[in-house]
Amino acid sequence: MAGGNGAPTNGSATGGTQITFLEAIRQAMFEEMERDPTVLLIGEDVGVYGGAFKTSEGLLERFGWERVIDTPISESAIVGAACGMSYLGLRPICEMQFIDFIVCAFNQITNFVAKGHYLWNAPAPMVIRGPSGGGVHGGPFHSANPEMYFVHTPGLKVIYPSTPYDAKGLLKAAVRDNNPVLFFEHKFLYRRIKGDVPAEDYTVPIGKAVVRREGQHLTILSYAAMMHSSLEAADGLAKEGIEAEVIDLRTLLPLDEQTIVNSVKKTNKCLVVHEDTKTGGIAGEIAAILFEKAFQDLDGPLVRVTALDTPVPYAPTLEEYFLPNARKVFTAAKELARY
Amino acid sequence: MTKAMPRELTRQQYLDLYYYMRLNRTVEETMVKLFRQNKIVGGLYSSLGQEAISVGSCYALDKKDWIAPMIRNIGALLVKGVPPRDIFMQHMAKYDSPTKGRDGTSHFGDLDNLHIVSPISMLGDLIPVMAGVAIGGRYLGQKIVTMTWIGDGGSSTGVFHEGLNFAATQKAPFVLILENNLWAYSTPVRRQVPLENLADRARAYGIDSYIVDGNNVVAVYNTAREAVERARAGEGPILIEAKTFRRLGHAQHDPAEYVPKEMRAYWEARDPIALYEKFLTAEKLLDAAGKKEIDERLDTLLTAEREFAENSPMPPPEFAEGGIYCTGDDCHKIRAKWERAIAEVTPPKSSVKPVWTVPGFGSGKGSGGAGAPIHFGDTPAPAIMEKAGENGRRAKPAKTTGKNATKKAMKAAAGASRKARR
Ligand SMILES: Cc1ncc(C[n+]2csc(CCOP(=O)(O)OP(=O)(O)O)c2C)c(N)n1
Ligand SMILES: [Mg+2]
Repeated sequence: MAGGNGAPTNGSATGGTQITFLEAIRQAMFEEMERDPTVLLIGEDVGVYGGAFKTSEGLLERFGWERVIDTPISESAIVGAACGMSYLGLRPICEMQFIDFIVCAFNQITNFVAKGHYLWNAPAPMVIRGPSGGGVHGGPFHSANPEMYFVHTPGLKVIYPSTPYDAKGLLKAAVRDNNPVLFFEHKFLYRRIKGDVPAEDYTVPIGKAVVRREGQHLTILSYAAMMHSSLEAADGLAKEGIEAEVIDLRTLLPLDEQTIVNSVKKTNKCLVVHEDTKTGGIAGEIAAILFEKAFQDLDGPLVRVTALDTPVPYAPTLEEYFLPNARKVFTAAKELARY
Repeated sequence: MTKAMPRELTRQQYLDLYYYMRLNRTVEETMVKLFRQNKIVGGLYSSLGQEAISVGSCYALDKKDWIAPMIRNIGALLVKGVPPRDIFMQHMAKYDSPTKGRDGTSHFGDLDNLHIVSPISMLGDLIPVMAGVAIGGRYLGQKIVTMTWIGDGGSSTGVFHEGLNFAATQKAPFVLILENNLWAYSTPVRRQVPLENLADRARAYGIDSYIVDGNNVVAVYNTAREAVERARAGEGPILIEAKTFRRLGHAQHDPAEYVPKEMRAYWEARDPIALYEKFLTAEKLLDAAGKKEIDERLDTLLTAEREFAENSPMPPPEFAEGGIYCTGDDCHKIRAKWERAIAEVTPPKSSVKPVWTVPGFGSGKGSGGAGAPIHFGDTPAPAIMEKAGENGRRAKPAKTTGKNATKKAMKAAAGASRKARR
């Protein structure tokens, strides 16, 4: 993976290549640190070990101890210290070893980091990122999707990508953004998903959804790992003559209302798929937006395919039952299309 | 624990300390009047009797240094150069206040000029933040020291521990002033912390600490100045416990009937400004004429500042909207002020071998010497080696750990590792 000096395998000379989701994240950090000496990485085991999932492999080697900081197990201190650094014009990236532990820093994030700009004109250009999501039998404390706690917090931006291209481009955009950005990395995708990324520097705009597949019978909205299940379901639906329009939200805060509303005005039906639990998930917010902005256009109920309202269970049989999947999306979408 | 060396102050420094304590008190007295006239929107807190701490500690900083005040540190804001009108307007929620009515009290800051980080209400949260400013400043080569304050009550928060421990591991140039005023709202310090001296908390982080009479402004200044110099020289964070007393209730609404009368009387007799006036008079640094001059100066200043504040409008209602994000045009310009060669932190110069070096490993100094009940493996422990050689098996590690205790500990450890699945 890492070359002798820690340079990404995707050097500028080789042109666009297929890389894993994980490598996309590593490259984004590597290239941003290369580009801008104000970018630092701070977290648990990010340095010598290169991160629990090796997303920062080779970074310490190249950028040194001052820029790749191994910390004690103190999430509040990591986030607090990064916030302090950002006040000096630095752009720290905080890694949560698993995103489940982000709630240990909940107060720092929601009260200190998020409110600073509104209250006293103090922007905190920092990123908090880490591996999230289930499907890998991580159990109730290593599978979380805590994005909605933060979508409910004005002042933050929340990103949850599904492809290597977006992961790299959005992480770079997050580092360059003047606001605190939470960046969720679905760990199921880390080594399972590969995709093309261009050799040259690029960013993907924060706050813009993307249409992954066009269709006219219904709209499926999703993000992160469930994006792939939704696309798989759409393939199945197509075989039955149902053309689903599949949209990847990518950014959850601020939400790209325009793309959502435009699509539903065209298809008149909407299904939201998320791996987060049902109550208080983004689907509820989207339902409210559609009622406000496309009520006349709806020809069916807004349907949700989500995880159960329980903690993420450990046993594979339980977790499979708990999580949404392509089959569940297919079934729900078919029913909605027939409505 | 260390004792600060006494140092000579200039006449001007002695008089500055006096002026700022008087300013601190008069600003707060003015706000009590405003409060009674219903001109203060929220609660009003007081640092009556604690002025020596805010003033003496902040006065020990250089201009480029950073502070984050707590609610009872109006004095520190004034020393830093915040005009009293800003403090009045913050409390009155005026549109011309630093937060334009979006927040109150001492919750405001100034990144560009005065280097003040705004506090939030959650106690302790400033500690990791100011550790971060200290580490960031060092990274940029700025040679700054950062300072914040915490109460006896606030020192029991989790983030106090996380922040100070992290600062210590990083040897951050950071000074923490622990104002032990004996009360956290209605709870006496004995019910909060089972320690005689809160400075002892420093030992848990392997950092140095001082205890100082918080009602003696010169002592506070001396101690803080020594701590600031040591932190700047790279010795790492330092904790200073300032012993004092909260003379009024938690805030204006609280008559503090839970405070024993004798306690209040004891501390009222030790008013920091009265004590300092005595000292200054004895040292012939202040006489009646000098005092009168300061009285008049404060009166003129605060009348004008108060008038300005009262004349400022309330924010227009729609100002509640917007300002959530920094878009780049309308907000603070984000730029790092480098005071070292960037080449030092960029490749190839920044490149290192990604391995830990463990200084002192094998020297016998790492884990409490041969007498320690458990060894990290970096101690020669001759006694153990010899016995092991004799019997061909491990001897008991140390006197302090009996056979049974060892067995018990091993069992417990085994149980724990079985439980800890990941
Ligand atoms: C984390 C947190 N919990 C509770 C409060 C409510 N609260 C505000 S001040 C205070 C007492 C603080 O006591 P201390 O730290 O000793 O400071 P002092 O008021 O004596 O200056 C409490 C409980 C708070 N601000 N933050
Ligand atoms: Mg107290």
